Amino acid sequence: MTADAIVRVRGLHYSIGGRPIFDAVDVDIARGAVTAVMGPSGTGKTTLLRLITGQLFADRGLVEVDGKDVGQQSRGEIYRMRRRMGMLFQNGALLTDLSVYDNVAFPLREHTRLPERLLRHVVLTKLQAVGLRGAWQLMPAELSGGMSRRVAIARAIVMDPELLIYDEPFVGLDPISMGVVLRLIRRLNDTLGLTSIVVSHDVREVSAVADHLYLLSGGKVVASGPPSALADSDREDVRQFMHGLPDGPVPFHYPAPDYDQQLRRAR
Amino acid sequence: MLPAIPRELWQSLQGALIALGGYALFAVRLLVEVPRALLRFRLVIDQVHNAGTLSLVIIMLSGLFVGMVLGLQGFDLLERFGSEESLGTAVALGLLKELGPVVTALLFAGRAGTALASELGLMRATDQIAAMEMMAVDPVRRVVMPRFLGGVIAMPLLAAIFSMIGLYGAQLVGVQLMGVDSGQFWSQMRGAVETADVMEGVIKSVVFGVACSLIAVYEGYHSIPTAEGVGRATTRTVVISSVVVLLLDYILTAVMR
Repeated sequence: MTADAIVRVRGLHYSIGGRPIFDAVDVDIARGAVTAVMGPSGTGKTTLLRLITGQLFADRGLVEVDGKDVGQQSRGEIYRMRRRMGMLFQNGALLTDLSVYDNVAFPLREHTRLPERLLRHVVLTKLQAVGLRGAWQLMPAELSGGMSRRVAIARAIVMDPELLIYDEPFVGLDPISMGVVLRLIRRLNDTLGLTSIVVSHDVREVSAVADHLYLLSGGKVVASGPPSALADSDREDVRQFMHGLPDGPVPFHYPAPDYDQQLRRAR
Repeated sequence: MLPAIPRELWQSLQGALIALGGYALFAVRLLVEVPRALLRFRLVIDQVHNAGTLSLVIIMLSGLFVGMVLGLQGFDLLERFGSEESLGTAVALGLLKELGPVVTALLFAGRAGTALASELGLMRATDQIAAMEMMAVDPVRRVVMPRFLGGVIAMPLLAAIFSMIGLYGAQLVGVQLMGVDSGQFWSQMRGAVETADVMEGVIKSVVFGVACSLIAVYEGYHSIPTAEGVGRATTRTVVISSVVVLLLDYILTAVMR
């Protein structure tokens, strides 16, 4: 347990349509650190982010952000809480009818009354931080996947949040773009004094950047700790995931009737 | 004892009631947002352009042809009674009270309604709506409301243009082609058409504007975030809008006659 945790999840139960997603999950996100939440597809990693950001609410248990129970907040309070968060969606989720510049300026224009000159200064500073100041005039359709993700990062940090959340930031990126995004996650976290949560199943990439890992499987936290500790774990399920073994506690084959019998019946 | 309602019928009835409730709640939410949306009128103007200006060509072309057909059919009919000078009156009343608002609404549902529904549906499917919520920006206030108001404002303007072009089309056929006296055409029209007739058309087009815009933004905003879901929302927008416009047209005509 972390003494200074910006996010505290205790005894979290959550189910969708009667199917349990989380069964007594405990998670601590340490302030100032990069914490990764990993696990096989369909284990509810994104759902956990939605619970932390107040897009979903726990059936039972506590989800606390900066000492406040998310489940007890009004809509207005949740919106105020989100102003101190930035989130990067899987595909960037840029507003397609706005240019790169206007996308980054969007939160400032909605929430502040900054004069245009100052706003321009802030936007260009954030675009410079992600290396895309030169692309300010482009429309989202003209950007590559990696560039879209970087613009989305610039937009996520434009309000100077305390907590930055990345939902599958490496999906569909080439190695160069992936390297750029990886470095950005670490650099922004350290230079801006943020706390970062990275949800991903890219073990090697995330291990390189995260201070702490949580491994989710079957609705529970199966392991947590520094990346090196998890890589050396003796547990079979942790080893299978961390080393990408095709067979193990998560079987290669989807449950099926006897192979021979099914072939005979097909004849 | 009452006959037992078949299960499927009961379920579809329940589904329809739930959808109607959803529409009512969404309409109330939009209504509450009107004053705030008027403060950021620039966003609304952009949407009047999207829903209105971009529909102008189709509205003008359709208006011209509908007017020309009315002129031709009206002339044939009135000629039988020897009163072809009343063509202007007949066409004007038909266009201002009925065809102007109704055909404009049907075309609006097909052009602007589908564009609105698919745009909002795609915004949801590509997480743009979720991203706005995460930026603490209410998507109903920022995205839905300007589009709704833009549609409501554009509809009466489009209907007026439709009727005007329609009258020109009828005049083209009736006066230029069939030889109805130009003075009679216009003076009879001016004498017979009253402010109440014009107002009937205006009221209808405002009501249709509210209905079509509400249906488009509701279906788009609540679409399932997949390619199929967005497609369905777009289709539903046209189908529901068309039926609702014709139903409302009957009700309004009956009330205002």
